[in-house]
Amino acid sequence: MDISSLSVKKIKQLIDSKALSAFELAGLYLQRIEKLNPELNAFITVDADKTLAQAKQLDQAIWQGESRPLMGVPLAHKDIFCAKGWLTTCGSKMLANFVAPYDAHVVEAFNRSGTITLGKTNMDEFAMGSSNETSYFGAVKNPWNLGKVPGGSSGGSAAAVAARLAPLATATDTGGSIRQPAALCGVSGLKPTYGNVSRYGMIAYASSLDQGGLMAVSAEDIAYGMNSLVGHDERDSTSVKRAEEDFTSQLNNPLKGLRIGLPEEFFKEGVDTDVAQAVEQAIQELEKLGAVRVPLKLPNTSLSVPVYYVLAPAEASSNLSRFDGVRYGHRTKDYRNLIELYEKTRAEGFGAEVKRRILTGTYVLSRGYYDAYYLQAQRVRRLILQDYLNAFEHCDVILGPSTPSVAFGFNEKTSDPVSMYLSDIFTISVNLAGLPGLSIPVGFGREHLPVGLQLIGPHFAEAKLLNVAHQYQLVSDWHQQLPAGIAQV
Amino acid sequence: MSLSDQELKHLARLARIHVEENELNALKDQLGRVFKLIDALQAVDTKGIEPLSHSLSLSQPLREDKVTEIDSRESYQAIAPQVEKGLYIVPKVIE
Amino acid sequence: MQWEVVIGLETHTQLATRSKIFSGSSTAFGAEPNTQASAIDIALPGVLPVLNKQAVECAIRFGLAVGADINRYSIFARKNYFYPDLPKGYQISQYEEPVVKGGAIHFSLNEQDYQVRLTRAHLEEDAGKSLHEEIPGATGIDLNRAGTPLLEIVSEPDMRSAEEAVAYAKALHQIVTWIGICDGNMQEGSFRCDANVSVRPVGSKTFGTRCEIKNLNSFRFLERAILFEVERQIEILENGGSIVQETRLYDPDRDETRSMRSKEDAMDYRYFPDPDLLPVVIDEQWINEVKEKMPPLPLVLKERFITEYGLTEYDANLITSERALTDYFIALTQSAKASAKLCANWLTGEVMAALNRTQLNIKECPIQPQQLVDLVARIEDQTISGKIAKTVFEVLWQEGGDVDSVIEARGLKQVSDSSAIEKIVDELMASNPDQVAEFRAGKDKVLGFFVGKAMKVSGGKLNPTQLNDVLRKKLAG
Repeated sequence: MDISSLSVKKIKQLIDSKALSAFELAGLYLQRIEKLNPELNAFITVDADKTLAQAKQLDQAIWQGESRPLMGVPLAHKDIFCAKGWLTTCGSKMLANFVAPYDAHVVEAFNRSGTITLGKTNMDEFAMGSSNETSYFGAVKNPWNLGKVPGGSSGGSAAAVAARLAPLATATDTGGSIRQPAALCGVSGLKPTYGNVSRYGMIAYASSLDQGGLMAVSAEDIAYGMNSLVGHDERDSTSVKRAEEDFTSQLNNPLKGLRIGLPEEFFKEGVDTDVAQAVEQAIQELEKLGAVRVPLKLPNTSLSVPVYYVLAPAEASSNLSRFDGVRYGHRTKDYRNLIELYEKTRAEGFGAEVKRRILTGTYVLSRGYYDAYYLQAQRVRRLILQDYLNAFEHCDVILGPSTPSVAFGFNEKTSDPVSMYLSDIFTISVNLAGLPGLSIPVGFGREHLPVGLQLIGPHFAEAKLLNVAHQYQLVSDWHQQLPAGIAQV
Repeated sequence: MSLSDQELKHLARLARIHVEENELNALKDQLGRVFKLIDALQAVDTKGIEPLSHSLSLSQPLREDKVTEIDSRESYQAIAPQVEKGLYIVPKVIE
Repeated sequence: MQWEVVIGLETHTQLATRSKIFSGSSTAFGAEPNTQASAIDIALPGVLPVLNKQAVECAIRFGLAVGADINRYSIFARKNYFYPDLPKGYQISQYEEPVVKGGAIHFSLNEQDYQVRLTRAHLEEDAGKSLHEEIPGATGIDLNRAGTPLLEIVSEPDMRSAEEAVAYAKALHQIVTWIGICDGNMQEGSFRCDANVSVRPVGSKTFGTRCEIKNLNSFRFLERAILFEVERQIEILENGGSIVQETRLYDPDRDETRSMRSKEDAMDYRYFPDPDLLPVVIDEQWINEVKEKMPPLPLVLKERFITEYGLTEYDANLITSERALTDYFIALTQSAKASAKLCANWLTGEVMAALNRTQLNIKECPIQPQQLVDLVARIEDQTISGKIAKTVFEVLWQEGGDVDSVIEARGLKQVSDSSAIEKIVDELMASNPDQVAEFRAGKDKVLGFFVGKAMKVSGGKLNPTQLNDVLRKKLAG
């Protein structure tokens, strides 16, 4: 059986009709992972025994007539989510031996829905990176071109879905970590509204920006996953309480009269022409479906990167203080006193980018700088949110390229951290405003590398974004294309 | 702005990250670039704008005062670098 | 030179909640190490804090008790520093917007009234414990205490002597235990003081450089530490030196304070609002609900006891020094059978003495308020004399029982029958003619001789007033 064309929807049908057992299906995915992962490095941990045991259990439940929303659907978890009994490394040497003693909300929610865990996907260390090159376990390779980065930080999840190693993968997004790799790997990726997905058990990078989400081939598959993912969790104080929502219910709404906001700042210099062209063609497709263009401005867009690089490192510097070699994780072998235990453990356990961000965050919070950097950044953050709120008075969704360029090569941007930071220019402001953002593939650019288009909605408008994307995917097949080398497997 | 060796060492001490002498220059250069990036904020007029901590203006939910946790010491300490008599062990701290 | 001492206190009170401030772990004292340390308390990756409602309510109670402003919108912040007993590498505390602002503590000392203003009171989490003696050559960390809710109460530098500081601390201790937000157990660390101490020349308007003395967990240590510190600072200044602002530790064994070197490297706590927690909103309705549940405060009760029942200031102070004692007294006053004033005398006299003797506290008192009221009522209606009442009290204390039955069974009822008294007096006068003559010659004191004899003969049961009357009448001839 060729599993590369399986969608979540199709899998649900196969399992529900008992045409395929969860055990068989898991086995097929594990085989594919075994074949392709050595080259792609999309997974940090695969544990066939665990996966198959879970599948067996589910099969028993299925035979007993039990039905759950995602029964038997194989799923890959980003290695940022604690999963009980699974190695949970967060892409870091610091946690290279950390077996999580509890389940994250996201893991628990999917287990409850009947999914099968295929493994833990590779990522930039502590989700800090845009190319996956900061992973302690080596970079993930882009399935479309093994010489290119998959994006980051959820590069493992993106590559896994792109190579059809998993039909659905969890991911997280602090400044673009779902949408940017989804774009670079040619898959669909949704970052939900801040507060919609509990952060409990998701290893924190920047708490006021972090949000769990999903990647899949299509928006429709994401909608199925969202039904399990979203929901109030009292263990996360920032988890919102809302009425239960069926994210598939609006998928088939017509787009007639849909007002698409096009911020001039998203189409200015800095966007490569191949990217701009693919996005323009997608806009024209949407127009054919009845959507109308609304030109608008998000004047503070250029400030989003500096705001982010004050706030995210500040929160990170504090969030990562718990990694001190005392209760879990890496501990240096060579220390004479407490301060050496701390300083060497952290010097050895963290990679260069993580250290840079911790030091940056320590700096902006330190005495004498707090007002000028941290408070000022929070004020500008409000301006950025206000820009979006103003824009949504005139449009239903905002659209633009997910990234200024297609996937870049390894080591291309590692020497200058700032050049790497700027690759997130279109995604970062969405996190600062806490909005939902969805990236979908809309064609190919240079070297036949995928181009991603980003849809941004008002708070809690995920269903609308999925609706627009689904309608587009009904009339296009960019999302169904397979990387050449992968297609033959 | 750029950092002096002294300032960088102070930051590294605050963050409890050991930095080798031969790493100082490269680190100063990279941080200098980041600081230049974030310095762009200084030019923005934000008079009268309230700082924004969270994108949604919600208030803190409150938990009922109930004991819900059970003793999980064994499983938590199974992953600890060093424990003895149920205690986490660190080098002698002198006050 | 004459020096003026300036003291401000920061008091950490552990709040009497069942569970921790941000987790569902028990706060019970004395468990095996790390058995009450949940994933949140040991700061596993990915865990998040959720605020305990009761902790906020305790803070509101305190604010109301000291006449402070309750902040309608307060913020939790992170105080960042590395220490092995601080698992997250930051303490969740409140910085810019504490839950309680202002207020004051009132107390009297040497017959003088004092007021110490409060700056603020904020909620925060306690750290774990570093044990230096358990493991040879190493420090052991017990995180059971980590996350226990604290209310840190910060005073203005309004105190001018160690004595005042101790009186303030005692008054504060009385309030927090009174309103039930803290068990007040100082040995277990439920109530710990940090003292900020400085000195300045008398008349100076500016403050001197202060030193902070940490973790004073008894009133005696608080007093000793301040006395030592004041002396140390004056000596330095008089020798032409200057005070270095620092944190110091009091060593009770040596009775001295010394510098805490480990915390010397310029602390920069990098406070910022905790992004895992949202603003705490306290509305009017909540405050009113708490207000309705509040017990009347000791100062209010003290005044009421003096004006309404005519208690002495001393008795009123003594009774309101402890919530349980006041509750006992209020129970006494609830039945109108006996006068509150005489009840108060018995409570502060016999009852307290007996409690002291037997090392019991008022809650363990074997005599219930109703029994004491009955006893006092029997004195007042002259069924028994005050002296006999003490005998009854002893019986009640030892064996319990009903007051009237005890009086009845032991035949302690007072003799108020005047013919019976007259008969005894007649017999005594007949057998003691010399003394009768002495009285009649003007020696008034002889009356006492007859009272004693009469009481002895009757087993103390004669109504003393009546006996007096009869004796005077008969002796006078």
